[in-house]
Amino acid sequence: MNFFEHVGRYSRLMAGVFTKPQRWSMLFKQYLAEIEKQGIQSLGITIIISIFIGSAITMQMVLNTENPMLPKYVTGLTTRETLLLEFSSTILCLILAGKVGSNIASEIGTMRITEQIDALKIMGVNAENYLILPKIMGFVTIVPVLVIFSMFFGLVGGYLIATTGVISPAQYVMGIQYAFNPYYVTYSVVKSLFFAFIISSVSSYYGYYAYGGALDVGKASTNAVVNSSIIILLFNVILTDLLLV
Amino acid sequence: MIEVKNVTKSFGDLTVLHNISAVFEAGKTNLIIGQSGSGKTVLMKSVIGIHRVEEGQILYDGRDIAAMTKKEVFRLRREVGMLFQGSALFDSMTVEENVRFPLEMFSDKSRDEWNERVEFCLNRVELGRAAKLYPSEISGGMQKRAAIARAIVLQPKYLFCDEPNSGLDPKTSLTIDKLIHEITTEFGITTIVNTHDMNSVMEIGDKVIFIHKGYKSWEGDKDSIFESGNQDLEDLVFASNLYKKVKKYHNLK
Ligand SMILES: Nc1ncnc2c1ncn2[C@@H]1O[C@H](COP(=O)(O)OP(=O)(O)O)[C@@H](O)[C@H]1O
Ligand SMILES: [Mg+2]
Repeated sequence: MNFFEHVGRYSRLMAGVFTKPQRWSMLFKQYLAEIEKQGIQSLGITIIISIFIGSAITMQMVLNTENPMLPKYVTGLTTRETLLLEFSSTILCLILAGKVGSNIASEIGTMRITEQIDALKIMGVNAENYLILPKIMGFVTIVPVLVIFSMFFGLVGGYLIATTGVISPAQYVMGIQYAFNPYYVTYSVVKSLFFAFIISSVSSYYGYYAYGGALDVGKASTNAVVNSSIIILLFNVILTDLLLV
Repeated sequence: MIEVKNVTKSFGDLTVLHNISAVFEAGKTNLIIGQSGSGKTVLMKSVIGIHRVEEGQILYDGRDIAAMTKKEVFRLRREVGMLFQGSALFDSMTVEENVRFPLEMFSDKSRDEWNERVEFCLNRVELGRAAKLYPSEISGGMQKRAAIARAIVLQPKYLFCDEPNSGLDPKTSLTIDKLIHEITTEFGITTIVNTHDMNSVMEIGDKVIFIHKGYKSWEGDKDSIFESGNQDLEDLVFASNLYKKVKKYHNLK
């Protein structure tokens, strides 16, 4: 299949996804389950990664800002900007594309090859809407929370490394507060909403059209991660141009 | 009752079903038999409306599925139960939740009535004890029974079973066959079963339609199958060595 056929089929799938649910109570139940599965269960990895990256960035910034002309708080400031602008949205979402994307694609793919999706259809269930809508809604809802957690724990990571003596903690704390622009948080959160939609919908797409056996579910899941990552990177550039420049 | 009238179905240049007509009666187990690749599954999926046929009519008690809108097909499907080759139970749900699912999705009755219905269906297929287990924790035969319970929970008028015995040992197959047959008569369902298993044919074949290379080659009941005079049918019936030996033994006597 060429690029345009994929886009066409993806669009048709989404048209089926965004229809009125047959049972609101079922949607709500699935929605909460997805928030738990895609979101709450990603909190741990988000916190750990953010702490480590936050400390690494701080150490690098100490080196980059060694120039005696620069005030000491610049280290904290640049760490904060890097985290807020890029790491806690784009890089975090690339990591989540690996975790959440592969999970979604393999779950839906398995349902496809074991005829569970056919079973839904025979019952008269709108399978696209029933399976995919709660996943997209759930992940888009929870991603801003993950982004905010990542920002906070990234900064905490920087502080922890500051306490080991690479820079004075007081200067670091002053730096991360200096000339703070809250719009950068908004910018990151808005980006992450797009990324969450990309991850959940593209991964659902690859799972939904899986065909064959267990091996093909694996392939679908790989395709889901690779392609949603590429699309995220593309949209990162587009959204930065629109929102920031 | 489901009537199939002059149905032809192709995939590209390949015509899989040629001008097939058949009547599937209510309260009877109607079998579609034939070799692998003869078109049984395509015929069943055409009847259900998963495949759209190019020619012919498929009448559900007079209502033509080929002329229905997508919405009408969805509504009709609530009168349809289906048993899939691999059971197709939802593996994230317990047996009980699987059976409850169609009710939760479509029934307007109260929770108490749902519970009653789920319990009734599970007991009917003798799975009351396995209610809280997940599909991966039960045997193939139990999975089939759970799938039957799920298929009948909304009291369907029509029941489709695609190779219900695949992957089961002969004894379990027999139990499943009998269960399908009993449920069919008990609730007056129009049941269609795809199979190439001659044991099933002999056990439950109220009405048998033989498909050969996409053509309807013979129809009758299980008792007349041995006097069909149809060479292709005999090849299928006596395909196994066991049958060949029995036949030979029979002829010698
Ligand atoms: N979706 C499809 N596209 C193209 N050919 C198909 C499709 N489904 C079935 N066929 C072909 O139709 C023929 C009948 O298949 P099928 O009905 O599955 O046989 P069986 O009697 O074993 O159930 C086979 O030759 C198969 O390759
Ligand atoms: Mg088949």
